[in-house]
Amino acid sequence: MCFQLPRLQRVLPAESEMDARVRPGTSASSADDRPYLCLHGLSKVYPSRDGPVRALDQVSLSETRGEFLSIVGPSGCGKSTLLMIAAGLRSPSSGTVTVDGSPVLGARTDIGIVFQTPALLEWRTTLGNVMLQAEAKRLPRTAADRRAHELLASVGLAGFESKYPHELSGGMRQRVSLCRALIHDPPQLLMDEPFGALDALTRDQLNLDLQKIWSERRMTVLFITHSISEAVFLSDRVMVMSPRPGRVDRMIDITLPRPRTLVMRETPEFARFSREILDLFLARGVLREH
Amino acid sequence: MIDAGKPMARESASVSIEEIETHVQRNLAQREWRERLAGIVYPIGVVLAVLVLWEVGTRALAIPGFLLPPPSIIARSMMANASLLLVHGWVTTVEIVLGFLLSIVIGVPLALAIFLWPPFARSILPLLVSSQAMPKVAVAPLLLVWFGFGLLPKVLIAFLIAFFPIVINTAVGLASIEQEKIDLARSMGFGPLATFVKIRLPNALPAIFGGLKISITLAVVGAVVGEFVGGDAGLGYLLMVANGSMDTALLFAGLIALTVLGVVLYLLVEIAESLAIPRHIHSGGSGARESM
Repeated sequence: MCFQLPRLQRVLPAESEMDARVRPGTSASSADDRPYLCLHGLSKVYPSRDGPVRALDQVSLSETRGEFLSIVGPSGCGKSTLLMIAAGLRSPSSGTVTVDGSPVLGARTDIGIVFQTPALLEWRTTLGNVMLQAEAKRLPRTAADRRAHELLASVGLAGFESKYPHELSGGMRQRVSLCRALIHDPPQLLMDEPFGALDALTRDQLNLDLQKIWSERRMTVLFITHSISEAVFLSDRVMVMSPRPGRVDRMIDITLPRPRTLVMRETPEFARFSREILDLFLARGVLREH
Repeated sequence: MIDAGKPMARESASVSIEEIETHVQRNLAQREWRERLAGIVYPIGVVLAVLVLWEVGTRALAIPGFLLPPPSIIARSMMANASLLLVHGWVTTVEIVLGFLLSIVIGVPLALAIFLWPPFARSILPLLVSSQAMPKVAVAPLLLVWFGFGLLPKVLIAFLIAFFPIVINTAVGLASIEQEKIDLARSMGFGPLATFVKIRLPNALPAIFGGLKISITLAVVGAVVGEFVGGDAGLGYLLMVANGSMDTALLFAGLIALTVLGVVLYLLVEIAESLAIPRHIHSGGSGARESM
């Protein structure tokens, strides 16, 4: 059984009528509320010349199937480390990771993962990079090929299949990386500041693309970001982390209706969520006003 | 009205964007053509100028032929000794190519072992580095004592000089890869072998070919050194003979033959590189890169 978080529920009495409409997939059925991904008591300490560095200190969280959970926090709060541990690519100094109740002991190969850098193979075309995942999974060639074309088209990359990474813009490369993470229809998508290096407009577009893909496929997403508005825009829940050593500061339910639009970002409801996170950062000294 | 090569002036209000497009596009094509032409014409021009200056200078100053023969005499010597140059050139070519291949056959697996097995790297690297500090020319007589005056000592000297860049570049190329790509391979489920074949090795290819290109030029040096120290054939041997008989024109002819040989072998490695790394073919810039 998974450790239950001391969740700090948002209280929004004025918007109780909104709560009825949100998260139709997870609100009613209790079977879906069983945790899918469960991180329990994770700590990570790196040794260094200047003494041990505490990256994570007793972090726990759980995610239900189909949920979009974002983690925001300042640089160095260990959020990337958390994601790597969730992927089974790094081992925690203490604590456990379970998926559907079974412990994660090595790299999870059923997931899709997107890093801040696209990590494309320069010698492979757009299609070849997406198909790398299919080769690793030994998916049937023709079906995978068709699916790769569909995925690329769905993020506006139709016609770019035979281009090499150096012929693409930063935003296009990151889309390819996203398609590569999705071609095997993974139950979980792990994203480590995927849009952090992109310009604001490209970032908005990719947020919209990601929301569309997520609403169609409903994979469980763990999303790391620096951006408060990105986290609020995309997520069902946002976990705010404290500065190093990383701890869970607050868990916030984002009860905005879906699909979310860019205009919605300018509404008072949206601003209230952003404000709550901002206030936390100001209170913790992550941001300082002079 | 549209004069290619010059900015469109004055009546620009009446020029449509389509016309500007064709104009700009044509400008670009012309500039690229001119640059490509310049890349060929300029070096040839410089060489011709030097040759003319050399010819005129040696004749005007009456420099004796055994010191510096004019290019025309060297050319005549090359014609007269064409078959000699070809026969000895072939001997040297075989030595270079065998030395180079031996460098690959031994250098790449050595680099692989250095990369895969840190204790081996720690024990072998100091030895490798000090072996490079040792002047190979000084080892040549020893190799002659051991292996006689035939092909083998020359191949070995070429190998000794040429293999080091291959080892270092291959080892460095295999080691230098973004951690993300390795993490990605693990999360995709690639095993160590598949990760190596599909990701690490192709990633290292540019570095490996960088080593091969240095190595092939060094192999030329090695083969000639071997022929200098003790041989009865090859362009190095021919140079020694020409030197001994004060035939400076033949000396120059041999030098030119060696240079041509070195350049051709280098180009062959470059061709192999462009076949192995197809993205070099596609590296022509695209104008619409940052459009999305």
